Amino acid sequence: MTDSSAASRSGPTLVLDKVAKSFGQVVALKSGSLELENGSIHALIGENGAGKSTIVKIIAGLYQRDSGRFEYLGEPVDFTTTAQSKDAGIAVIYQEPTLFPDLSVTENIFMGRQPTLSMGRIDRKAMREETERLFEQLGVRVDPDHPTRGLSIADQQLVEIAKAISLDARVLIMDEPTAALSGVEVERLFAVARGLRDEGRALMFISHRFDEVFALCDTVTVMRDGEYIATSAIAETSVDALVRQMVGRDVTNMFPKEVAEIGEVAMSVEGLTRTGVFHDVSFEVRSGEILALAGLVGAGRSEIVRAAFGVDPYDEGTVTVAGARLRPGDPSAAMAHGVALIPEDRRKQGAVLESGIARNITLATRGRLARGGLIWNALENDSAQEWASRLEVKATALDTLAGTLSGGNQQKVVIAKWLATEPRVLIVDEPTRGIDVGTKAEVHRLLSDLAGQGLAIITISSELPEVLGMADRVLVVHEGRITGEFSREEATPEAVMHAATHKLEDVR
Amino acid sequence: MTSTILTSSQARSYAEFQQPLWRRMLFTREMAVYAALVAVMLVASLTVKNFAAPITATYLLLDVAAILLMALPMTLVITTGEIDLSVASVVGLSSVLTGVLYEAGLPFALAALLAIAAGAVAGSINGLLVTKVGLPSLAVTIGTLALFRGLAVGLLGTTAITSFPQEWRDLATSKIPGTPIPSVMILFGVLAVAFAVLLHFTPFGRGIYAIGQSKEAAHFSGVRVERTKLILFILSGAVAALAGVYYTLRYGSARGDNAMGLELGVIAAVLLGGVSIFGGRGALHGPIAGVLLIGVMASALRLANITSDVINVITGTLLILSVVSPSVLAWNSSRRARARARKEGSASG
Repeated sequence: MTDSSAASRSGPTLVLDKVAKSFGQVVALKSGSLELENGSIHALIGENGAGKSTIVKIIAGLYQRDSGRFEYLGEPVDFTTTAQSKDAGIAVIYQEPTLFPDLSVTENIFMGRQPTLSMGRIDRKAMREETERLFEQLGVRVDPDHPTRGLSIADQQLVEIAKAISLDARVLIMDEPTAALSGVEVERLFAVARGLRDEGRALMFISHRFDEVFALCDTVTVMRDGEYIATSAIAETSVDALVRQMVGRDVTNMFPKEVAEIGEVAMSVEGLTRTGVFHDVSFEVRSGEILALAGLVGAGRSEIVRAAFGVDPYDEGTVTVAGARLRPGDPSAAMAHGVALIPEDRRKQGAVLESGIARNITLATRGRLARGGLIWNALENDSAQEWASRLEVKATALDTLAGTLSGGNQQKVVIAKWLATEPRVLIVDEPTRGIDVGTKAEVHRLLSDLAGQGLAIITISSELPEVLGMADRVLVVHEGRITGEFSREEATPEAVMHAATHKLEDVR
Repeated sequence: MTSTILTSSQARSYAEFQQPLWRRMLFTREMAVYAALVAVMLVASLTVKNFAAPITATYLLLDVAAILLMALPMTLVITTGEIDLSVASVVGLSSVLTGVLYEAGLPFALAALLAIAAGAVAGSINGLLVTKVGLPSLAVTIGTLALFRGLAVGLLGTTAITSFPQEWRDLATSKIPGTPIPSVMILFGVLAVAFAVLLHFTPFGRGIYAIGQSKEAAHFSGVRVERTKLILFILSGAVAALAGVYYTLRYGSARGDNAMGLELGVIAAVLLGGVSIFGGRGALHGPIAGVLLIGVMASALRLANITSDVINVITGTLLILSVVSPSVLAWNSSRRARARARKEGSASG
């Protein structure tokens, strides 16, 4: 495997010391420090905007630091392109894998460096054998001939990891790899990561989930506001200590659902079916209530709410809001009856990244804001000013492009857009995915407040503590069917997970 | 714990814009095209004989009026990320229909209105194929480009109808009294204002930009993506047919091959005017400057006795430069930033 001096050399594999990076007047990283050791998994945590991504991009050669020390294998380095860091043995696995969807797993792994026979013909056999060997080494099963388009995100990440290993990467950086994975998939990824650590590689892991950091990592570095705060051995720290370091204060209550008066039925879904996706789904949600849809990723939860809102079609069933039946497949009809959906994929479905904050916030209310059928900047800005400030979006100007905001602030813009429609029923799909602890707590508090004001809220979350902390009632979805319903008191982690992993007959 | 959200107690306030108005107005792609337009006009006035004469302006505007008209809906179509290549064929079809219906005994105005309605139908065919069948507009409108042209030529063969009423022909080429500006510019002006309001000052227009920037996010926000596109294709067809009626009167002739190939001139001018071929970017005044810039250059070169082949080469080069220059600028500025970062890095490290 790693035959070079790296294995015998002592001292950290990769060192960043007081590294800084600014974009114009915006300081992305004030003073980032980090040491990665061979045979160790290092967690990098911090709120959004803490500078984690900037550090990753500097290591990957995507950005160049303005000042500070960057050493790799004991030598000072300056990566000016991603190819240079790759050649040096640094691999970055991003949250969204960047594979060629129409090529097979094998072709993706060997993209750009296919082994050849005489006359430049590609040696498909050697490629395939090597791929099988890689997956065997990783201890996972992925079909080498499958086009990557149909693979789950988890499998695509494994392909990226296999690619990194085949390039003999010494340092593997995983930027929020678990954000879109289900419990089983996370476990499989962790097993692979531990195997790589035991081979003597240095791994860095970025996550917002503390349980994962504690389950997987050996050391943890905390960053806040672009600065290094502390590095500790996992065994010598605690969740409370890390949260204190991350936010610089105590977060006393992460899931502050307060008791709200449960009122009339606000929305009811009857026998909703989309062939092959979900079947005979019925539920209702009342004003003042938070209803959580729990289940594994891919169980069909998002598809159900998307169909109910009208962005996806459905084959059978009805959706009724305040006595009126919604026209299928028409989000604007749902909006007219006071339904709002904050979608799962913030960057593709939630925000228009090329558009400014004001245009984003007023996109769903542009018809209502218009006067005599006309709309202009001042009308939009007045409304956006109000909603951006209520949600404390961190930005300087209302025409700041949404794409330049941090994930948490983008999410606030999307939430602002939908709250501006003054909905009666608010559907939130993974509202806290990929956002920092501080903003997470704010979102939880916001949902609780909104329920208190009489909104009916349907929330989807893959984080069980969030589901159990927030929901008045939990519906569990498994393979497109509802397999369990629990009141707040009945909903224990064991009960919910059991329903989420078993078919209906087995549950009853 | 008290809520910090949904209360105005800690209200932040935001600047409305990152940059002052003059910077936002001045440093735009559209302004660069207007600046180029003024520069070319100045240089041509000084160096090309007769360019500065009022009659040059009259003929120039008469020549580009049809392209100007078609550029209006085309700007909106391209802003949604679609394209309509069939416009020049609709001009031909509308021209032939006007001629055939007029010869059949209908009053000219009625014949023209029916031709415009036919243009709207042609546009709706494009729109339905794109939105309901889900085909890419590039493929659909290449198909209908051939289809509508075929219908036009088929209806009239190789003959031409030229017996149009003189008062209508005079109207098309008349000038606004006391100016060298053709009256057709009044029609264009009214439509330009209408399309500018539609794109820049209505919820519908906000939807157009949202679709061009992210179709999915627009759909999730309640923008009726398909309906918006259908309406724009119908508008494109109707305005192209109107341009066809004008074209017929301007040249006094209804022919199946009228305006052949003109769609490329329309699209070139729209892109030159700063509308992104990928959608989501641009403003209505840009393409107007784009049409005029190409028109002025062609007119100046023609007056300088340069052949039309050379004129085509020059407009083609200009178009490529205009599409390429933004990416070259972006590449150059990122390269400079990198060089600066390296210098500072080595100085401190």
